[in-house]
Amino acid sequence: MLNCQEATRLLSESQERTLAWQERLSLKMHLMMCSGCRNFGKQMHTLRQVAHAYAKGEDERTDKTGE
Amino acid sequence: MNNEEVLPWGVGEPKSERASLLADTEFLESLRRQMLKFATLQLSDAHLAEDAVQEALIGALKNAKSFGGRAALKTWVFAILKNKIADVLRQKQRLVYAGSFMREGEEDEDFSALFDSKGFWQTDERPVAWANPEESLRESQFWRVFEACLENLPGNQARVFMMREFVELDSREICATAGITVSNLNVMLHRARLRLRECLENRWFVEGERPC
Repeated sequence: MLNCQEATRLLSESQERTLAWQERLSLKMHLMMCSGCRNFGKQMHTLRQVAHAYAKGEDERTDKTGE
Repeated sequence: MNNEEVLPWGVGEPKSERASLLADTEFLESLRRQMLKFATLQLSDAHLAEDAVQEALIGALKNAKSFGGRAALKTWVFAILKNKIADVLRQKQRLVYAGSFMREGEEDEDFSALFDSKGFWQTDERPVAWANPEESLRESQFWRVFEACLENLPGNQARVFMMREFVELDSREICATAGITVSNLNVMLHRARLRLRECLENRWFVEGERPC
């Protein structure tokens, strides 16, 4: 059974590669019981969204409502 | 990669649109400042960053007539800048990074602060649900917090995170550029994301609401 450290490692790596089915299965089992890691998984998507927005220069557009 | 920059200045273009963008000194200066911050963060070299910004700005302004307005120009100029940064990072190859990348021993405390001896979340470190992350993106204060969190990352973690998420290089390219293995990279990205997540949660999403 995965612990949270391993589960977050897989959640992080799934941003770079497709996980093997064994990894996906054990991750799924862990996430069913662990709200902390479920939140972590959602936050990985948010983090990517935030980084991509930042890389488009969206941070300073917030200051200028006219655009 | 960027054939938009190959044309010499002003080939067959009406001057008016470009002139109006070029005349907007305040906009250009703020754009330049922002680009420079973005490039310096990733290249950690002021001269290389200046050059990349300069080239990206000139490249984009050459084609200024094709932009409906400032917002479109800004998106475009950042896309060009990202390519410039990727080029510079590729050219730097291992020279700068070799040896400096894997001083990971000092960062071993990362995990023990977050997880207990069995590898489960410490009670006060367990991630909580974030309310309305999309709305945060529209608040300028959120971006200041994001930058502060990024600056708090150990240098190497910050660099690979930015290569991956800002410049959008894939694992293979980052490993070749940095002279590290895929498992090094995965460890560093995992740690960077754990830290960034924690920082954003503490300093933005649940400010003041956590038990100590």
